[in-house]
Amino acid sequence: MKERIEQLGSQFNEALAKVADPEALEELRLRFMSKKGYVSELMKELGKVSVEQKKEVGQMINSFKQQITDQFDRKKEELVRLQEEVLIQSAESYDESLPTADPCGSYHPITLVQRELEDIFESMGFDIEDYSEVVTDFECFEAVNIPPFHPARDMQDTYYLAGNNQLLKSHTSAAQNAILRKYGPALKENGRPIRAVFPGRCFRNEAVDASHDNTFFQMEGMMVDKDISISNLIYFMKTMLSEVFGREVTVRLRPGFFPFVEPGFELDIKCLNCGGTGCPSCGNSGWLELCPCGMIHPNVLKLGGINTDEDPFEYTGFAFGLGLTRLAMMKYGVKDIRTFNDGDLSALSQFVSR
Amino acid sequence: MYVSMNWIKDFVDLEGEDLEQLIHRFTLSTAEVEGIEYKGRDIKDVVVGEIISCADHPDSDHLHVLKVDAGEQIYDVVCGAPNARAGIKTAFVKVGGQVGDMKIGPAKLRGIESFGMCCSGKELGISDDHSGIMELDPSLKNGTDLKEVFPIEDVIFEVDNKSLTNRPDLWGHYGMAREFAALTGQKLRELPVKDSDYVGDAEVPVEIRNRDLVFRYSSVRIENITANVSPMEMQIRLYYCGMRAINLLADITNYIMLELGQPMHAFNGDKMNRIVVDTPDSDMKFTTLDGQERDITTDTLMIWDGEVPTGIAGIMGGLDSEIVDDTHSVMLESANFDGVSIRKSASRMALRTDASARYEKTLDPEMTLVAVKRFIKLLYDSDPGMKCTTNITDVYVKKYPEISVSFDKKFIDRYTGIDISSEQIRTTLELLGFETAQNGDEFTSKVPSWRATKDVSMKADIVEEITRIYGYDNFEIKTTLSPIIPAKTTRRRAEENAVKDLLVKAYACHEIHTRVWCDPDAMRDLGLTPEDNVKLVQSSEEKGTGILRTSMMECILPAVRQNRDFATEYKIFEIGRVFEGTGADGCADEHRHLAVCLYSKDRTEKNLYVEAVEMINTIVDELKHKKASYSKTETVHAWEHPKNTAAIMVDDHRIGKLNTLYPSIRSRIAKNAYVVCIEIDMDDLLAIEPAEFAYTQPSSFPAVDYDLSLVIPEGVRFETIEKCWKDLHIAELRKTAIIDIYDAGEIKSIAVRFSFVADDRTLTGEEVQANIDKVIENLKKINVNLKA
Repeated sequence: MKERIEQLGSQFNEALAKVADPEALEELRLRFMSKKGYVSELMKELGKVSVEQKKEVGQMINSFKQQITDQFDRKKEELVRLQEEVLIQSAESYDESLPTADPCGSYHPITLVQRELEDIFESMGFDIEDYSEVVTDFECFEAVNIPPFHPARDMQDTYYLAGNNQLLKSHTSAAQNAILRKYGPALKENGRPIRAVFPGRCFRNEAVDASHDNTFFQMEGMMVDKDISISNLIYFMKTMLSEVFGREVTVRLRPGFFPFVEPGFELDIKCLNCGGTGCPSCGNSGWLELCPCGMIHPNVLKLGGINTDEDPFEYTGFAFGLGLTRLAMMKYGVKDIRTFNDGDLSALSQFVSR
Repeated sequence: MYVSMNWIKDFVDLEGEDLEQLIHRFTLSTAEVEGIEYKGRDIKDVVVGEIISCADHPDSDHLHVLKVDAGEQIYDVVCGAPNARAGIKTAFVKVGGQVGDMKIGPAKLRGIESFGMCCSGKELGISDDHSGIMELDPSLKNGTDLKEVFPIEDVIFEVDNKSLTNRPDLWGHYGMAREFAALTGQKLRELPVKDSDYVGDAEVPVEIRNRDLVFRYSSVRIENITANVSPMEMQIRLYYCGMRAINLLADITNYIMLELGQPMHAFNGDKMNRIVVDTPDSDMKFTTLDGQERDITTDTLMIWDGEVPTGIAGIMGGLDSEIVDDTHSVMLESANFDGVSIRKSASRMALRTDASARYEKTLDPEMTLVAVKRFIKLLYDSDPGMKCTTNITDVYVKKYPEISVSFDKKFIDRYTGIDISSEQIRTTLELLGFETAQNGDEFTSKVPSWRATKDVSMKADIVEEITRIYGYDNFEIKTTLSPIIPAKTTRRRAEENAVKDLLVKAYACHEIHTRVWCDPDAMRDLGLTPEDNVKLVQSSEEKGTGILRTSMMECILPAVRQNRDFATEYKIFEIGRVFEGTGADGCADEHRHLAVCLYSKDRTEKNLYVEAVEMINTIVDELKHKKASYSKTETVHAWEHPKNTAAIMVDDHRIGKLNTLYPSIRSRIAKNAYVVCIEIDMDDLLAIEPAEFAYTQPSSFPAVDYDLSLVIPEGVRFETIEKCWKDLHIAELRKTAIIDIYDAGEIKSIAVRFSFVADDRTLTGEEVQANIDKVIENLKKINVNLKA
């Protein structure tokens, strides 16, 4: 028996060394391990062995069985590994540097700047409003305290519509009256302050060149409550503009005349480029004229239904105007204002996302 | 406007003040200063020199060789001035001196050495006279520094006129000086004037026929005028402030305009007998003193000598009554006309003058009389022999009402948000000319006439006066105390943002902006003309601003064509406004539209069209959790394709339109490209209520799929086929999907996979087959059969 086991052992080793694929391995396994295989044969022969030897031979068969099972498993692992190695070696190495299809759309730069500002204002509790592009003479002028014969109303500056008293709005202030009327009741009944910004397209009849366009965007803002003061206005403008420019800005106010505010201001910020020492982008003055603002004129608040003649100062507020088109030019370094309305994709397609 | 600090110093004591600092404060408190110029800093070693001999240069036909006595020394000088001659005194620049950019050193001119230069007024920068060297008063001592003789040194600053539009009082130096007085706390000096010394009853005959357009007209007649050159000091100031010296009378009127802001006109007294102010009865021609013939309309206010026109009121005088150098008598006009009328006339004639620019700011009528007296004073100073031959005639037609404003400190505190003392409030107002009565913390201020024509009328205006002088840089800044209430994004804005995000991020569209009016030229390139719609007044057709767009496509299609070489394929979109004519109220019917155009040279039109449908379906699904449907519709615009123009419907509401292009228009965009257009009314879309989002528990039992291959007859739409199973409302039919479309000319077929599932059991083959049989039965009714 011993001889037979040793003989089978070397026979297995020889055969295993020749195995090159899983099929051959399986065939070998069956030859030894199946019901009719050599190991089963050995077990049958064990019955013929004497009682004294039975224990020793039984152990020998078991250890032989264990031995070939282990070898078999190792071989199987090795074969799988070899097979994977072949797969890996034959695989293609891909080129990541090949240009891909360009599925990128683009936003209009005004949209990008407008969204950025709207997010800032929303974070400060401002309602974002919108308004029509055609407005009445009342909305655009009368309601914001621009008297009947003011030069701003001249034909050469404003696009009037034929046959009625409407016009293409020449400033976003044209929405002030509607905003005051919309939010006034909540202010007076529930004490909810009016905080609103209203971006929009504006139109002025002027010759178009690199720095002038007859169609442009503004964003107007208002806050109205009891006891809003000039001090509050300066604080707010400084905070808001620091957010817009992403860093602390220094502001200064100068008297400025706009019929819908009193007092009215021109707000300058210290030039972000040179820090106030003077450079070409601020015309060497150290300051950039940025936006008009002021305390809302009592007549505007009255016409907006906020105050009455009995107490024209019951509620007070401030208003400001930002030139969205100008901010977009500053932010992206756009030199020619016509870029915004000319629809040229070689320029506009660059504004992929924010 | 240019402001001379020397002139300001006539009226306010600025001794010891840093002028540059002061001008900076003026910017922050009054009006924007655009620049500061230091006159005379580049003038060095210029003295009074007497030409003691003058000989012709041997080698030149125009140069002279002079000996100039400059006080301490006599210089040899070569000079080319035609008026150089022995005996006159002139401005002489010594060697080492400087005029402007020119530094004077010894020079050799045609072989003769020259030490110094005689110079003209222009070279000195004090006038534009370049006809010859200056001729000075013979009594001046040789060698006297010219800066001691004339006020050559001055600080001139320029104010942005736009920042003065609401301040009629700042259109002259006297008003400017008042600001400096307030800024420095100094008292404003009185303006030196002189009354008419005529004794008697004679008046200037002044008749105001149009009393609507005239506030006041003051006049006097002066005769026996012999001087005709204004003093050098006056000439220099006029020149530094941007005007030119002409003759004594004209110079004084200009001087007073720059000083008080009151325009004046001196009529030639020999030509003018009777002043009439009126508009003409009919349109006429009139020649102004610049020699131009002007068209005068019946609403233009004119000055007449009796019935003969002599000037356009407030704008420009006429040629015939002009002052000439030998004028010995004048009839003076110091008037106040209606600002709006003057502005309109000036703008209609495109003749904006220094006078009209001032009148249109609504000047203070109180100034007219002061100006007449100032004229008498200045003329008398130069020509003591002059004689007033009438009283000062003053016709005051309309007065502005006097305005008083009452307020208390509490109001000022509340409006400013800071604490400005009662004392400071009163002092500031007084310095600005507001007579202010104070009773504790209560005030009543009388608005001075020069601020009462339109500028200051209420408490908020008073706050501005106090705070601008207080200085906004000195404000303590504080946040508001208002309650914080979160703002909510409106659905309108959320939808607009979502649509843009989808188009840009999921469909690679480019957002563009176009104008709201049609550009006929760009449309003509496409074979289109602007559709009849709301028009703009006074628009110029060639600028393309005539007609508002009725569809976004009128502006987007030209943009598609414009970009045809940008890429072989691209998509653009815009959300903008269109105008669908006017409504019943006569107002423009404005709508907010989304327009998308898909352009491709690479794909089939059908392929593009399918993508457009997918875009719309995605938008509607994303925003409304609903399904869009489509129905072919009649075309209304010239660019729409008769066969492929479809209305986009959601919940039976029409929200927009989808179309391919009319063949001839498509070929004008690009020969081998296709374009598909989508236009959606964003407000109609907004009006669709979004469906509730509903979750269903997936069945734990397996689904049974069943595929059917259907042969589709020509012209049958999928939605018709779909009805065959939808109408059966089979609860277990959870999903259908198209797994294949076969299109080979004659035969069109489509393979549909039906997924059946029940929540409570595994469906049997028989149950599924029974449902499928019902579907097939319905399909047969519309001639859709199973593929063999």
